[in-house]
Amino acid sequence: MADQTLDAKGLNCPLPIIKAKKALKGMSPNEVLAIEATDPGSVADFSAFCRQTGNELVSSGQSGDIYNFEIKKS
Amino acid sequence: MLDNANDGTNSKSMSIIATKGTLDWAYPPFILGTTAAAMDMEVTMFFTFYGLGLLKKDLNLKISTLGNPAMEMPMMGRHMAMPNIIGGLPGADKGVTAMMKNMMAKKGVASIEDLREAAVETDVRLIACQMTLDLFEIKDTDLIDGVEIGGAATAIEVAGKADINYFM
Repeated sequence: MADQTLDAKGLNCPLPIIKAKKALKGMSPNEVLAIEATDPGSVADFSAFCRQTGNELVSSGQSGDIYNFEIKKS
Repeated sequence: MLDNANDGTNSKSMSIIATKGTLDWAYPPFILGTTAAAMDMEVTMFFTFYGLGLLKKDLNLKISTLGNPAMEMPMMGRHMAMPNIIGGLPGADKGVTAMMKNMMAKKGVASIEDLREAAVETDVRLIACQMTLDLFEIKDTDLIDGVEIGGAATAIEVAGKADINYFM
């Protein structure tokens, strides 16, 4: 279960990443941020973001037009 | 994963020199700068020549089809380019700018004002070129708060230490 959620639907690059970073900043280590986005580019971008920042991409999926991500703060 | 990837710090840094001040050219430096900062990089943006306008308190960025033959706008299911002879008419830039801003808002693209605010919030170092301030008679009080003033040596010192350097 996510500790916090972020609605990034309708936002285009780089806003989902910037808003996710902002949300993660206010969270504690090991807490999970769940993100919903509609930007197809966010699939590759959240993966790159997590590799670069060391936060863990717990899950990355899609249901319909919505992309779902779960990021565990390092 | 990399050992240094989990300690919350990232030693990588990026420097960007922004030289252009039109609406379209304002995006690449601010998108890459804010994203790099979100990815824990230390970011410095140096604004020179027309790029300096991107630091003004009042942003009134415009776009022009003139000198930009690659610019095609989606319109009625097609892509339309504007002939130079039309693009040169009074009011054409204003119309195209309004069209672009409208399209951006509809597609969820951030405004430059928002990206710039994100840059300030994430401690991106913003440096205004002193020579450009003198040349175009711009006062540092015309610029947003938190901007440093510097010259070529400042930019090069930063670039020399940066892992990624962009000139835009």
